Amino acid sequence: MPVISYIDAITEAMRDEMERDKSVFILGEDVGVRGGVFRATNGLIDLYGEDRVLDTPLTESAIVGVGIGAAAYGLRPIAEIQFADFIMPAVNQIISEAAKMRYRSNGTFQCPMVIRAPYGGGIHGALYHSQSVEALFTGVPGLKIVAPSTPYDVKGLLLSSIRDNDPVLFFEHKKLYRLIKDEVPSESYTVPIGKADVKREGSDVTVITYGLMVHYTLEAAKKLEEEGIDVHVLDLRTLIPLDKEAVLEATKRTGKVLIVHEDNKTSGFGAEVAAVIAEEAFFDLDAPIGRLCSPDVPSMPYNSKLEKAFMLNPEKIATAIRELAEL
Amino acid sequence: MKHQELGLTNEQVLEMYRYMLLARKVDEKMWLLNRAGKLPFVVSCQGQEATQIGIAYALDRQKDWLCPYYRDLGMVLLFGQTAKDQMLSAFAKKDDPNSGGRQMPNHFGDHRYRILSGSSPVTTQFLHAVGIAYAGKITGEDHVVLTSCGEGSSNQGDWHEALNFAGVHKLPVIFLVENNLYAISVPLEKQLAGGNVAERGQGYGMPGIRVDGNDVFGVYEVMKEAVERARSGEGPTLIEAVSYRLTPHSSDDDDLAYRTREEVEEAKKRDGLFVLEKYLDDHQLWTLDEKEFLNKELDVEITEAIKFAESAAHPDPTDLSKHVYA
Repeated sequence: MPVISYIDAITEAMRDEMERDKSVFILGEDVGVRGGVFRATNGLIDLYGEDRVLDTPLTESAIVGVGIGAAAYGLRPIAEIQFADFIMPAVNQIISEAAKMRYRSNGTFQCPMVIRAPYGGGIHGALYHSQSVEALFTGVPGLKIVAPSTPYDVKGLLLSSIRDNDPVLFFEHKKLYRLIKDEVPSESYTVPIGKADVKREGSDVTVITYGLMVHYTLEAAKKLEEEGIDVHVLDLRTLIPLDKEAVLEATKRTGKVLIVHEDNKTSGFGAEVAAVIAEEAFFDLDAPIGRLCSPDVPSMPYNSKLEKAFMLNPEKIATAIRELAEL
Repeated sequence: MKHQELGLTNEQVLEMYRYMLLARKVDEKMWLLNRAGKLPFVVSCQGQEATQIGIAYALDRQKDWLCPYYRDLGMVLLFGQTAKDQMLSAFAKKDDPNSGGRQMPNHFGDHRYRILSGSSPVTTQFLHAVGIAYAGKITGEDHVVLTSCGEGSSNQGDWHEALNFAGVHKLPVIFLVENNLYAISVPLEKQLAGGNVAERGQGYGMPGIRVDGNDVFGVYEVMKEAVERARSGEGPTLIEAVSYRLTPHSSDDDDLAYRTREEVEEAKKRDGLFVLEKYLDDHQLWTLDEKEFLNKELDVEITEAIKFAESAAHPDPTDLSKHVYA
């Protein structure tokens, strides 16, 4: 099986689906001739032409709004927001329009589109090229929110998202783009939306996480193994709809839960996960639910020492797990 | 006669009038129902029917699309919705074709007639119209898309993003601004630097045309040319149709707080509905009997629609959770 990077898996998913389904098209800034600033759409314009790999004017609201119109008409647009930080001008289109199209039309119109957005930090991106923005959307019914962590998952989930009949926010951690390589089947396959995945079996502490933090947690788990702490790692993969069953199962597994995310703590998605556990698995807990998140500062600074201070890393995660294990 | 110069038959002119009058009468009835305490909310088309029918009449009602705004009652009636549909929507009943009773009245959306569902934040639909036009480019369909808004809304970012996008890609969209001189209470001079919407078209690489919105034939003529241009690949057009909002912004507004009764009375003399009525009289395109019959026929249609809608079923409370996801 070929070993490819996270970003190549994304390109492969779009390439295959555009070949299979003529109603799929891409629109965004620099996605055409340049192949995307991260190269996610590299080569696609040569295969499918400029009408289906459309370089738009520099207007995020239009990228999403035009996509919504085309989706309501019956196409399957993939809108690329160059950096998740720049999604803000499109929030009205996402929340007022895409999320509510099916509901407000009593099921007569739908919005089958994917909005891809590279997010996350640790890449010297400073305040406006580092943010995790998922929590702005997780409380908006009508949206599905996906944040895969591996090349295998990202390809399978992107294919599921394109074929899904609801709007999907597809968050790709930009540090993963070239950091992680994995065996990925060259043929098309899907990973279901709404299903979490156990990335490591363990019996002492459960970590529930997603995105880049899955890998940092796995590194931490490896180190803790030497200390005799056996960590169970659940990768949510999809935030909305949340795989509650998997969350509760993972909780029961160890009775000690640490939720880890790169987004800041207050009202981050971890709060929702913690609430679900408190509501539905309180008596399975042997210790208070822990949350390890980025600090509540507006965003990640450019200075490397400040960036490091902001970001979680395997050491910080290992410390938090150790503390929980010792309780 | 003007209509013949435009290639319109007498029957077509009578049809135009019929829909303008139907829109007016439905709208007037909704105000009565609101004041009688039967409807919580009304937002009106009154004063803009000539614009709406002139515009919609130049489209192909078999394949073209509408992304309208909340005053476009005339347009959606001409495209196929009925008085009954409007009343089901006003009473928010289960069979309201726009939303199954979920949205406020006049939030049109009807897949049967290619009317895209709309929201309350203004001009978001301008971008959707561009998307539907772009979809035609990808699929090889030659539909034209009409989208509309008021002059105040022409200040929104999405409005400008839509015109620019359509201009760059020469898409078959017609952007209509129904300039009724007021954005709720704020008059034109406090909304538009330059005092004019049409001139903005130039900056986006498209013709911007200002037309008297009370003149149904003038509007039709401009729209017909815009549709021909769009259909033949020559790109979008911006049309500014100037008329007057004869009612308060909505049933919750008091317009005398910001304009005088005299001003409204003066505007009524230029009302496009009466302009066309006079044209039909002056050119003897109908008899007095025919005129009276039409009025009665529409009154009966609306009365029956109200009766039907009032007694129609409400959505079931369990419907609340339907259609969140596929």
